[in-house]
Order: sequence, then C-alpha cells, then structure tokens
Amino acid sequence: MIFEEHIRVEDLNVYYGREQALKSVNLEIPKKMITVIIGPSGCGKTTLLKSFNRLLDLQEEVRYSGKIIVDGENVLSSEVEITQIRKKMGLLSQKPCSLPMSIYDNVAYGPRIHGIRRKRELNRIVEHYLSEVGLWEEVKSRLNEPAGRLSIGQQQRLSLARGLAVEPEIILGDEPTSALDPISSKRIEEKFLELKNSYTIVIVTHILRQARRLADYVIFLYLGEVVEAGAAKEIFENPKEELTREYIKGIIS
Amino acid sequence: MILSGRFWRRVEERFFLGLMIFSCGVIFLGLVLILLDIFIKGLPALSWSMISQAPKGGFYLGKEGGVLNAIIGSLVLAGGASLIAFFLSLPLVLFLNIYLKRTSGISAFIRFSLDVLWGVPSIVYGAFGFTLMLFFGLKASLLGGMIAVSLLIFPIMSRAMDEVMRMAPRELLEASYSVGTTRFETGIKIVLRQTFPGIITAVLIAFGRGIGDAASVIFTAGYSDHISISLFRPVATLPLAIFYQLGTPFPEVQDRAYACSLILTMIIILISVLTRFLTKKFQKYIVR
Repeated sequence: MIFEEHIRVEDLNVYYGREQALKSVNLEIPKKMITVIIGPSGCGKTTLLKSFNRLLDLQEEVRYSGKIIVDGENVLSSEVEITQIRKKMGLLSQKPCSLPMSIYDNVAYGPRIHGIRRKRELNRIVEHYLSEVGLWEEVKSRLNEPAGRLSIGQQQRLSLARGLAVEPEIILGDEPTSALDPISSKRIEEKFLELKNSYTIVIVTHILRQARRLADYVIFLYLGEVVEAGAAKEIFENPKEELTREYIKGIIS
Repeated sequence: MILSGRFWRRVEERFFLGLMIFSCGVIFLGLVLILLDIFIKGLPALSWSMISQAPKGGFYLGKEGGVLNAIIGSLVLAGGASLIAFFLSLPLVLFLNIYLKRTSGISAFIRFSLDVLWGVPSIVYGAFGFTLMLFFGLKASLLGGMIAVSLLIFPIMSRAMDEVMRMAPRELLEASYSVGTTRFETGIKIVLRQTFPGIITAVLIAFGRGIGDAASVIFTAGYSDHISISLFRPVATLPLAIFYQLGTPFPEVQDRAYACSLILTMIIILISVLTRFLTKKFQKYIVR
C-alpha cells in the first residue's frame, strides 16, 4: 500500500515501572485515512495512542525511548512545545468527558486558550464545529446549559467538536464508542468516515466489526509488539502472520 | 470475624446496622445538646446592646455595654487569616494535584507534613506566632493574630482542598490537556471550577476553626475594649471575650459569655448558609 505518511514511530519502547508496555514499535501512519489499532486488552493500544500526544507523561512511573515523528518533528523530544503537539491532535476518550462549563464554553474552551477573544469569531467557531458533529440543531437553543446534562452520545460528539475547534490535523480515538449506545456509536462512526477527508484519524478499538467498517489501514498489536500492519483489506482477508489470522477469527483474544 | 449460617448472618447485619444508627444518634444528640445549652443560657443574656456596643466602664462587673469590639475583631481577624491561608493553600494544592504525580515522594512528604501540622495544638501556634512577633519587633496586634491564626488554619484548609482536588476525575485533565492547555491553565480553568464548592467548604471549615480559636490569639492579638481594625493595634476576639467573661465571679457576666457563644455560633452558621447558597450557582456545571 502506497501512502503519504503523517506519523512515523521509530523504535518506541515504553515502560511502566519495571514492566515494558511497548517493545520496539516501528510504524507509519498514513495521512488523511483512518488507521485502526486492534489487539486484545492490555496489549498496549492505548499506550501507543497516548504516546502520540504525550498524555503518557501523566502516567505514574512511565519511561520511554525512541522517536515519534509528526510533520518532521520528534514529539518525544524534550525540546518540543508540548501544548502545540496536543493542539495538533484532538482526543476522544473512552468515556466522553465534558468540561465543567456550558455547552458553548466547552467548544470555545480551546480557541479561547489559543487567543481568540472576539465574541463574533467565537460564536462562528462554536456554531461551525457543533454543526460539523451534527449537534447544532439539537443544542442551539440551550448553549448556556451545563454540558453534563447532555446524553452520553451527545457528550461524545461535543468532545469531538471541542477537539476539532482548535483545528488539529490528527484525531485520536481511544475506543471512542465503547460507552455509547448503538445509535450514538453509529453516528460517531459516520462522522469519522466524513472527517477522514480532512484529518488523519487513528482509532483504538477492540471491536473487530468496527475495525472492518472504518479502517483503511490496520495495525495489530499483541503483548506490546506490532505483529502486523498494512492495508485493511490485506489484514482482514489475507493476513501474513498466523497470530493475526487467529485474532481475526476470534481464536485468541 | 465473618459469621456463617443464615441466622447468624442476619444477626450480624442487624447488629452492625444498629451500631451505625447509634453512632449517627450520638453525633446528632451532641450537636443538639450543645446548641440547646448555648441557646438556653445565652438567649436571655443576649440583647441589642450586646451586639451594637463596645464594652463600657464596669462591663465586666455586669454593667452596660456589649461585645461589638470582639465581633468586629473576630470577623476581621479570622477573615484576614483565611485570606492569607487561602493564598498559601491554593498554590500548594495545585502543585500537589496537577504538577506532581500521585506516587511522587514529594507529595507524600508534603501531605504528611500537613497532617502533622494539623495535629499541632493551637496554643503552640500562639506561642510560635509570639516568637515570630518578638523577632520582628511586633506587639500584640491584629496583624500578629492574623498570622498566628493563618498558620493554624493553613494545614486544615489545604488538606481539605487537597481531598476534593484528588477526587477530580483524571479524564477531565486529559480532556483539557488534549486541546493544548498548560498545566496552570488546566488547574485554574478546569480543576478549580470542578472543585469550586469543595474549595469554598474548605475555606469555611478553616474560617470556622480560626474564628473559634482562643489559644492562638491570646498572646498574639491581645485584647482591646475599643473597636479597632488597625493592623498594628491589639484587637478583641469573641473566644477571648468568652474566656474573660467566664472567668469573672459574676453570674450575669458569665451568662453574657454564653450570649457570646451564641453570637459566635450564629456567625458561623450564617456564613455557611450564605456561602452554600452562593456556590449552588456553580454546582450545576460540575461533571460527575
């Protein structure tokens, strides 16, 4: 599969205390496509995802080595401006997490942090991104209500809008539909398929059917190592590795 | 020991439930009895002149006057001390909860130190404050009292704030960081907002402790029969007013001590209710 790479991981090792969570990971993630990271629980999927935007730094007793190159810059370098790295990558977590403020302020939070003050400009941003995630019609009459009053599915779309409002290039999703009902999950999946035309999307999931529906590119992680990575079609229909085949058939989990 | 068998399991359940209800009852009864005692003894001695006048000649012999000097003194002193303690506590708890990791040795050490400080008797803070004042050449004054009381309530306030901040969900921090905020921005704009009612409660607990403490102000703030809010003059406080009046041999003056207790209690209740009411407004945004 030929693609333009957006993220390149070189020899990434991550340790929690004495335990090694990722073992010499080498990867390329294609630009403006959906990359799905699959693998059983505890194989390091979330660790890999959180190392991209350095949220890993918040973990206890974490150490890492290697390089993650995004747009020619090593995000693991200590000289890098960590806020700029994170601004570049929106994050959708497992459980939607609204900020303790109104719906409007949730979307305006990021833009305000990055210096946008003019009311008219903020209004435009809020309306634009709420529309982008299909939430505008549902909430336009109650923008000043606490975000916590929305349903879980709505809150996850609000989180997406909040992430998009700082104009990232990459969207990271850590099992973003695992707390949602089937209809809300479907809406999020549809959004991803729309958004991949403008963003590079990386999703972690343990739902194989979801991976099949969304993925252009698949990475299979097992016990902290990349077993196989490649075009979705290849991986699902004709995997090279026996381990991948067994995982996809549901023999191992 | 966990008992087995259907009958014994039921007995066990009943027994411990009974114990829990008993504990609640003791606490509740204690509160009611203390309040009743203060009301019964204090209410008859409470008069308008008690809260509207400073002591006049012969007040401590049962003659005219009131304790307005102590009411104002206590409010200003405890308010100032709470303010000082707040501006010491807030950076500390933000540092503990946002900059340091949970398993960090430094944070364990800071928490341990605060717990030790919490346990230090208030008379020790009074003595320590007095030593400080001697060192700086300060006489017994409002400022001296504020400093001593702020030292006393600082560990209480910061530990209470720390407990609510530790409860703030980690995902909230991640959600904030992932739009590219600094730790400070996340602390001020997200964590503080999320924990605001708890922060207010922490300040209140500390204020209540500060306004009710006699031992820490006895050497440091002194006492004055005049209404004074000058930082460098001695100032009267309610706990000391109670202490001095109880110390007189006259029953009518001793009754006034109860009236002072009543005033003190009412001040704390009033401020609690008022602040709760005000924080309601912020409560609705909290993420659960």
